Amino acid sequence: MLYREAGQFRTSYEDDQQVFPIRQDRWAVALFLAVAVLAVPLVINDYWANAVLLPFLVYAMAALGLNILVGYCGQISLGTGGFMAVGAFASFKLTTAFPEMNLIIVLLLSGCVTAGVGVLFGLPSLRIKGFYLAVATLAAQFFLVWLFNKVGWFYNYNATGQITVPPREVFGFLVTGPEAKPHVAYLFTLGFVVAFALIAKNVVRGRIGRMWMAIRDMDIAAELIGVRPLHAKLSAFAFSSFYIGVAGGLIFTVYLGAVEVTEAFGINLSFLVLFMVIIGGLGSILGSFLGAAFLVLMPILLKNVMVDWMGMAAVTAKHVEITLMGVLIIFFLIVEPHGFARLWQILKEKLRLWPFPY
Amino acid sequence: MGGEFLFFIETTISGLMAGVMYALVALGFVLIFKASGIFNFAQGVLALFAGLTLVGLMEKFGLPPWAAIIATVGVMIVLAWLIERLVLQYLVNQDPIILFMSTIGLAYVLEGLGDIMWGSDVKVLEIGIPQGAVDWLLDDYGLYIEKLEIVAAVTGAIMVTGLAVFFNKTRIGRALRAVADDHQAALSVGISLRTIWVIVWSVSGIVALVAGVMWGSKSGVQFSLSLIALKALPVLILGGFTSIPGAIVGGLIIGVGEKWAEIYIGSLVGGAIENWFAYVLALGFLLFRPQGLFGERIIERV
Repeated sequence: MLYREAGQFRTSYEDDQQVFPIRQDRWAVALFLAVAVLAVPLVINDYWANAVLLPFLVYAMAALGLNILVGYCGQISLGTGGFMAVGAFASFKLTTAFPEMNLIIVLLLSGCVTAGVGVLFGLPSLRIKGFYLAVATLAAQFFLVWLFNKVGWFYNYNATGQITVPPREVFGFLVTGPEAKPHVAYLFTLGFVVAFALIAKNVVRGRIGRMWMAIRDMDIAAELIGVRPLHAKLSAFAFSSFYIGVAGGLIFTVYLGAVEVTEAFGINLSFLVLFMVIIGGLGSILGSFLGAAFLVLMPILLKNVMVDWMGMAAVTAKHVEITLMGVLIIFFLIVEPHGFARLWQILKEKLRLWPFPY
Repeated sequence: MGGEFLFFIETTISGLMAGVMYALVALGFVLIFKASGIFNFAQGVLALFAGLTLVGLMEKFGLPPWAAIIATVGVMIVLAWLIERLVLQYLVNQDPIILFMSTIGLAYVLEGLGDIMWGSDVKVLEIGIPQGAVDWLLDDYGLYIEKLEIVAAVTGAIMVTGLAVFFNKTRIGRALRAVADDHQAALSVGISLRTIWVIVWSVSGIVALVAGVMWGSKSGVQFSLSLIALKALPVLILGGFTSIPGAIVGGLIIGVGEKWAEIYIGSLVGGAIENWFAYVLALGFLLFRPQGLFGERIIERV
């Protein structure tokens, strides 16, 4: 009744090509953004920013990137952690080498650096497919982490091998370092994520996105109708790595502030982001956000329930949490292999008829 | 014999032995991939779980090693049945990546369960496998070779022979090969896919147990055991996902290559390259043979 496109006529090409063609969708998105930009910064505190909102946003960014590669172009990658490390270390090197450079530019440049590295490690995809490729991308994961651990130049030869972000201001507001206000860090990250989600949405429904999807659905057929696999696959790796690199930069500068590469960017991070993409929904921008939200919130919720309400010891709770996460992941894969995005789509179909389904 | 050459032989042999260990894990992967097309990431955790169960049974219930091993085999078979019942049954015909992710979920579950049931501290596995160097080699030639590694190599050889006989000579083995060839054709001649899957998962559970015992005796039963799965992956792509001999040969190549690289290249670039060298080696091979050394040729049609 409420959610129905009846009476909304599209009379021009611009109308027809909107990102959100239905008016209710536009309102909902506008409302959501308004709350996120105007209301949340007023009530945000350190706990919410550091435990929930910042991780959600940066992981959503990483999931967006990986979804471009896995969901749209069909190339499975397990090297996400390594690529995020590239983004983090690129932003560290850039911001320490050029202290007066704007942090936004630093992050964009580190995204570009990561895109370059991604293309390099994407080259085998032209020859190797499927799980062989997935295992091959693990080479990137282990090699990159090793590289950042061994070569002192990357962490400016400090004794601990850890990189720490210096305080940086953007437009007069302190964004990074322990002194930064949570709402500033939040808004900074939010700006990045919203802008790049919009770009991603438009890229995947354009020519490049269709090229990727053709390759994903059947690469030989795509090649026959004139899609160049070299361009399609490498551009997907470049785009995806750019997003992942920016996410890595954001994790380092805004969210964590100080990272140790083997701890922060290990193989588990690669799996975590891949889970977000799959639980959220392959080939869906919204799905990346839903998946990230689920996998960020779920452990916090489980921990709170078990430690605070049921009074479990923290160690036992950790084990139970891992088990439950596994069970939940399997459960969601069984119930809806196409992820939350598909559930949302079904819900929308139902809503159109609600409350008179017959 | 010069010390340099002796050292080279020692390195090579210890590489070969490590390769056998990798091959043991890779075998489990191959079995499941062949029979069901599932890329089973939980294989390493299966080894950990088997090791934990074995140690737990011996410590908490005071079972003698042979009884504990039999009991653990039983546990692995029940586990295989549960996995088929609770997970795989519902995921038939899904995309390979969904199945792959479900095995990662399974890995989490097993890891958590193992820790809850048996505790997460490092355990010593002592089932009577001899430790230390082989004396006569050390005395006569100055070669240092662990007894444990020889036991592992022999066990590996026995396992592979056993599996080969099982696959080629028994009724169930024939059914397994039929399923590996073509699921639908196998179904149509009356082979129960679900029984086969339970059998395959049981067999890889037992292979995982052997791997778990070997690795556990070497370095204690602990969480890092599950990471040997990551070591087995390059072995797997090198040998091909569908080939048992491939897993063995791949394991040996990776084992030796890794040791050589660590000693002759590693010192030049700062060491600790074991983690990624195997992957790069495998990647190099893949560029020339995308299906691995022994994998089935990938034929694609539009």
